[in-house]
Amino acid sequence: MTDLFEKHKGIVERFQRMMAMGSNAVGVANDRVLSPTRAIINGRETILAGTNNYMGITFDKECIEAGQRALAEFGTGTTGSRIANGTYSLHVELEKNLAEFLNRRHCIVFTTGYQANLGMLAGLAGPKDTIFLDADSHSSIYDGCTLSGAKLVRFRHNDAGDLARRLARLEGDEGGRLVVLEGIYSMLGDRAPLNEFVDVKKQYGFQLLVDEAHSFGVLGPNGRGLADEMGLEEEVDFIVGTFSKSIGAIGGFGAGNHHMFDTLRYASRPYMFTASPSPSAVATANAALRRLKAEPERRVRITRNSQRLFDGFKALGLELGCDRVSPVIAVRCPDETSTVIMWNALLAAGVYVNFAVPPGTPGKACLLRCSVSAAHTEADIDRIIGLFGQVVAVQERQKAVAV
Amino acid sequence: MTDETGSAKRTEIFNSLCKLLMPFNYSGIELKPETDISADLSIDSVTVMDFVMEVEDHFDIEIPLNILSETRTMKDLVKVVEEAVERRELV
Repeated sequence: MTDLFEKHKGIVERFQRMMAMGSNAVGVANDRVLSPTRAIINGRETILAGTNNYMGITFDKECIEAGQRALAEFGTGTTGSRIANGTYSLHVELEKNLAEFLNRRHCIVFTTGYQANLGMLAGLAGPKDTIFLDADSHSSIYDGCTLSGAKLVRFRHNDAGDLARRLARLEGDEGGRLVVLEGIYSMLGDRAPLNEFVDVKKQYGFQLLVDEAHSFGVLGPNGRGLADEMGLEEEVDFIVGTFSKSIGAIGGFGAGNHHMFDTLRYASRPYMFTASPSPSAVATANAALRRLKAEPERRVRITRNSQRLFDGFKALGLELGCDRVSPVIAVRCPDETSTVIMWNALLAAGVYVNFAVPPGTPGKACLLRCSVSAAHTEADIDRIIGLFGQVVAVQERQKAVAV
Repeated sequence: MTDETGSAKRTEIFNSLCKLLMPFNYSGIELKPETDISADLSIDSVTVMDFVMEVEDHFDIEIPLNILSETRTMKDLVKVVEEAVERRELV
């Protein structure tokens, strides 16, 4: 009999190599969380610079009170699916408010961001359709594509010309065509060149879905994401987003103007066969949405903080994930071993960032990935830059000397 | 197509695939028809997909990811490429 775990031996060996160099970079426990930007880790107060807590809203008084009220009034969980007993007035209200915020006719809330992509993709596309997905897409997009049963065509990252070539090769195929992009890509922080993809859309015709997970709340005059920033919302048929970043809760959404959009509620398995998000999560999401609308200065602060960190890293001579400033700022490292060592040194010095290595990253990149929050102070940003200067820039200089 | 031209074509495809796979063959193992592309070369799923993109460009064909999940060995991939090239030439 073959042991089912046999295939994971490689993972175990890789994990052991990482543990031999320090602590578990992929299983950090926050003993206490003090604020959107501070936690106690290994008994030490640590600056959090890898949380995706873009708007810094997780400790907002109004959000916490809304969550507490919902807990008291609606209980700890819904114990059911949206199509059974799991739809509360809270879910309906959030969907209405989100649709309004997004300026879309329809919106569906999912239990997690991961399930939002699964639910939208598997609901929209079926076995006779073709999904064209960007090579750097998040795993939830890959998994949603697989679940849909559609033909899957992967095009080169941010390359509208490559998408056009593939559309041309498959012209004459039956079924619908869905193209999937992301507003901000989670690992390198680069944006999709949406205008170029829209040109291809006009030429070939397809339906377009943009995952605004990392750009919702962050980009655009209304905080609706990349399509809002580029003034191309009318060209985007469907958007997907999450509550676990700018909204500071958990859950996700899909939205669009299609007159049959709500049919997805009866066609999307990841929507139908899971319990709905908990009352407190939905209530805090609703309150956070109100706050984002009422406080556009959060967007101003995150833009300023992102620019400050980006400039500081550039001044240190660090090689970054991309040349465009966004709240995702990834520092490229030479290899996995040096990344583990530097990640440990940063944590020991008091800053938490994300440790990101292949295959979770594009192009075999080994990254120390930072995400900036509107709640970071200028002093926080300067401290992060200072610690990277001590830990990362020094290592790079030593390497240069060695060569 | 006769068996002979068929097998000549397959050898040609196999040789092209070997060349395209070179930059991804980090361990430098010898490539045979029965070589498992991911397991024997110890390359992850994303790298396999990146390699296949090079194959697609070289032959001007589409290899959907769905087909890829059932394609393990070099021999399997030769068959996939051969069929896709034939389909393209029919059009």
